[in-house]
Amino acid sequence: MTERESFIDYLSRRGISRRGFLGFCAVTASALALPMGAARTMAANLAAAQRPCVIWLSFQECTGCTESLTRAAEPTIESLILDQLSLDYHHTLQAASGEAAELARQNAIDDNFGSYVLIVDGAVPTGEQATWSTIAGQTNLDMLKETLDGAALVIAVGTCATFGGVPAAAAIAAERPNQSGAKGVGDLMSASEVPERPLVNVPGCPPVPGAMTGVIAHFLAFGTPPELDDLRRPVAYFADTVHQRCPRLMHFRNERFALAFDDEGARNGYCLAKLGCKGPKAHNACATLKWNLGTSFPMLSGHGCLGCAEPGFWDRTLAPEGDRFLGSAFYPDAPPAA
Amino acid sequence: MNTVVVDPVTRIEGHLRIEAQTENGIITAASSTGTMVRGIENMMIGRDPRDAWAIAQRICGVCTLVHGIASVRAVESALDYPIPPNAELIRNLMIGAQFVHDHVMHFYHLHALDWVDVVSALDADPAATADLQQGLSAWPNNSSAYFADVQQRLAGFVGSGQLGIFANGYWGHPEYRLPPELNLLAFAHYLEALQWQREAARLHALLGGKNPHPNFVVGGAPCVLDGNAGRTAMDRNGRRLMAQIITGMQTFVDQVYVPDTLAIARYYKDWSARGEGVGNFMAYGEFPDALGGADDTAGLFIPRGAILNRDLSSVLPVDLDDPEQVSEDVSHAWYDYSAGNAQGLHPYDGETRPNYTGPTPPYAHIDPQQAYSWLKSPRWQGLPMEVGPLARVVMLYATGHQDTRDLVDASLADLELPLSALFSTLGRVAARTLETKLIADRMSDWQAQLEANISAGDLATHNADLFYPQSWPASARGAGYMEAPRGALAHWVVIGDGRIANYQCVVPSTWNAGPRDAAGQEGPYEAALRGHPLHDPAQPIEILRTIHSFDPCLACAVHVADPDGGGMIQIATTTGAAL
Ligand code: SF4
Repeated sequence: MTERESFIDYLSRRGISRRGFLGFCAVTASALALPMGAARTMAANLAAAQRPCVIWLSFQECTGCTESLTRAAEPTIESLILDQLSLDYHHTLQAASGEAAELARQNAIDDNFGSYVLIVDGAVPTGEQATWSTIAGQTNLDMLKETLDGAALVIAVGTCATFGGVPAAAAIAAERPNQSGAKGVGDLMSASEVPERPLVNVPGCPPVPGAMTGVIAHFLAFGTPPELDDLRRPVAYFADTVHQRCPRLMHFRNERFALAFDDEGARNGYCLAKLGCKGPKAHNACATLKWNLGTSFPMLSGHGCLGCAEPGFWDRTLAPEGDRFLGSAFYPDAPPAA
Repeated sequence: MNTVVVDPVTRIEGHLRIEAQTENGIITAASSTGTMVRGIENMMIGRDPRDAWAIAQRICGVCTLVHGIASVRAVESALDYPIPPNAELIRNLMIGAQFVHDHVMHFYHLHALDWVDVVSALDADPAATADLQQGLSAWPNNSSAYFADVQQRLAGFVGSGQLGIFANGYWGHPEYRLPPELNLLAFAHYLEALQWQREAARLHALLGGKNPHPNFVVGGAPCVLDGNAGRTAMDRNGRRLMAQIITGMQTFVDQVYVPDTLAIARYYKDWSARGEGVGNFMAYGEFPDALGGADDTAGLFIPRGAILNRDLSSVLPVDLDDPEQVSEDVSHAWYDYSAGNAQGLHPYDGETRPNYTGPTPPYAHIDPQQAYSWLKSPRWQGLPMEVGPLARVVMLYATGHQDTRDLVDASLADLELPLSALFSTLGRVAARTLETKLIADRMSDWQAQLEANISAGDLATHNADLFYPQSWPASARGAGYMEAPRGALAHWVVIGDGRIANYQCVVPSTWNAGPRDAAGQEGPYEAALRGHPLHDPAQPIEILRTIHSFDPCLACAVHVADPDGGGMIQIATTTGAAL
C-alpha cells in the first residue's frame, strides 16, 4: 500500500474533473441552505482533505437506512465509497466477514483514532436484554462504547438509532412495553451509558437519502456538523413540516379533502388529512427533496404521511387525541364526513 | 477437530453467526445462529390491524415490501375483504420490481465478492475485456476505453492505500478462479448495478410513494391512477416513466445479469455438486391473477406446493390453515413454550417466550447441543424445507411451466451440466438469476393490463366497504402468504373486537437459517455446509459462498412475542383497561 494522498490528488489521478467536483459542492451547499460562497469554501476544503474513515455500526435494525443511502442521487453511493469516504466497516457492503471484518474495524479505530466518523443505524438493547443483539459474541452496547471512544462525530441515522424507533415501539400488552430496553444513541449518551461525542440525528424510517449525504458532505467540507435543532436534527432538513411543502396544501387551506383513497378528490390532488395524514406534525424533507431521484413521495402517490421521523410515531404520538394506544396510529377510526 | 467461526457474516441483511466443525479440512457439522431480536410480533398485539403492515414492513428494509404485502393479505383474508383488480396489478408490479431489484443487488453487491477477485481485475487487459463483453451480450458499455477507465478508477482506489469496504477481503485466495478480464467485467457491473438499482427503485416510488418502505393499505393500493398532473405521481408522465423503468429492468437482466451469471458459473462448475441442503422444497406461490385475487391459488403464476427428496414427479399440496402442516419448534432456540419444547406449534396457536440461555457476552463459542439461536425452527409436516429461488424454479419446472423449462434446460446445456446440478450452491445462484428473468418479463403483462383498465375508465384502487372497524366481525383470523425474494413467507393474524389478538410471522430465512429441531434435524444452511472442504480454515470463503447462495435475511428471520411469560397474551379487547 502506498502513502495516503490528498483528496484532490486522488480525484485528479482518478480522472474526475474539477467541474464535476464543483457541481457536487454546489448541489450540497444549496440543499443545506448554506450562504453564498459556501460551495467554493467547501470545494477548497474538500480538495485538501484525505478520504475520512467512516465506521458504520448496525444494531437492532432492518438495513432500510443503508438501502436508502444507496438510492442517493448526489453524491451517489459509488462515489461515496470509492471517492469520498473510506468506509472501513459496514456489514452490508464490506468484503470481509468474521475475524477479518472485526480486524478491519480495529485497524480503522487504531489508525484514525480521534478523527473518524461513526455512523449508527438501529437501536441498542440495554440492561438484561443486552443479549438480544450481539456481533462477534459482543453486545451492541459494548461495541458502541468501544467504537465511540475515538469518534470525531457520530451520525445516528434512522428513527431507531435516533429515538429508539421500531425496537422501542410499545408491546402494548406486555409488562415492559419496550421489550428489549431499546434506546437511541442520544439517550444512551444522556444516560451516560456510553461516552458523549458530537452527535447528529438524521431520523426517518428510513431517512431521506439526501439528508444523510448532506450531513456527511458538510462534515467532509467543514469538519463540523451542520446547524442542528434541539433534537440534534439538521435544521436544513427538519425545520419545516412536510405539510408546509406539500403540493396538496392549497386544497387543505380551501378545505378540499379526499374521503377515500381512490375518489375523485384523491385524484384531483385534494388534501389527505381526513384519511389520516400526519404531515402537519411531521418534520422531514420528503416534500422538498422527494424520494428516488425526485420521483415521488407518499402524498404525491396517494397515502398520507406516517410521520416516520418523529419520536414515538408508532405509538400514536401524532394521532389526534385519545388513549395513547387505542385505535389506529395512521388511519381514521370511522369513515370521514365531507 | 477444529471449529471455524464466522461472526459477523457480512454482505447479508441482519446478524448471523456460523460455527463449523472440521476434520481434516472437511466440514463435519455446522450451526447457524441468529444473533439479534427486536420483538416485532409482540408489538402487534392490541393494535389496529390496519396498522400492522407498517410495523411488519420494518422487519426488513432490504426486501422492503414483503412484510407489508403479507400483512395486508393476512388482514384481508381474515376479513374476507376483496380488493380491486387494479390494486392486485399494482401489488404484482411492486412485488415484481422487488424481485428484480433485490436479486440483482444480491448478485453484484452481496454475493459477487465470493466469486470475483477485485484486486485481480488490475491485471486485466481492457481490450480483451471488451472482446469478452461483446461476446456475452449487446450491452452498450463494451469498449476497451470504458474498461480501461473502470480499471484506472480501481487502480486509483487501491493505490490510495485506503481500501474501505474492500479491506481484508480474501483477495488472491486460490479458490478465486476467474481470469482477470472477467473479474474486471464483473467489477464494472458491480458499479453499474449500483447506478441501475436507483432507477429500478423508482417504480416503488411511483406506486407506493417511496422506496425503501413504500406504502400499502388494507383493501387496495394507496395510489391514484390517472390523477391530476403535477399533484399525483401516476399521471400520464408517471405511467410513461413506469414503462421505461420496466424496460430498463428487463434490459439489464437480459444483457448483464443473466450472461454474467452463466459466464462466471463456467469457472465454478464443481460448485454444482456441493451445498445442496435438505433436498425438500416449498413455495406458497405468488402473483395472483388480477380478477381471481390472492384467494384463487390456482391462478398464481408461481405455483404453491411442496417437493420432498428432490422428487419432481410429485408436488404436494400446502395448506396454511391446516394445524398439521406448518409448525415452529423451539427446542434449540432461545425461547420456551409453556407446554414444553418437545412439540412444535402451529402459528395460530404460536407462542414465543424469549429465554436467553446462551453464553454470556463476550463469548467465543456457542454450544449446538443446547439452545443456540434467536431463530425458531419451522417445519412442514415435521420436515425442514428449503424456500427461495431454487424452490420456486423447481416448483415451476415440476409443474411443467414451459418458459421455465426452456430457460433452465438451455442454461444447463450451455454449462454442460445435468438437471441434478440445480440441487447445489451453484444451482441456487443460477435459479435466482433465471427466475429474475421470468418475473421481469412478466411485468410487461401486468403493466399492459393496468393500462387497459385505465383506458376503459376503471380507476378503482381501493375498496372502502370494509375499511372501517365498524364493518368487521367480532372475531376473525386469516393467513397472508407471499413469495418474498428469499422464499415463502406468511403472516397469521387473529383479530378480536377490532384489534389484533395474536400475530405470527414465519419467514423465509427462518425456514433456511433455523437451528436443529427436537429430532435433531438440521436446518437447510446447516445441512448445506456439511461436507465442504475448506482450503484454508483461516479464510473460509467456501462457507460464505454457500451461505450467501441462500441470500440470508436475518432481521426477517428473528421475531418474538410475549416476553413477560404466560403463553399467548390476553388483552382486554373491549375497554383497553388491561393495557
Ligand atoms: S396531504 Fe397531508 S401534508 Fe399534504 S396538505 Fe394535506 S395534511 Fe398537509
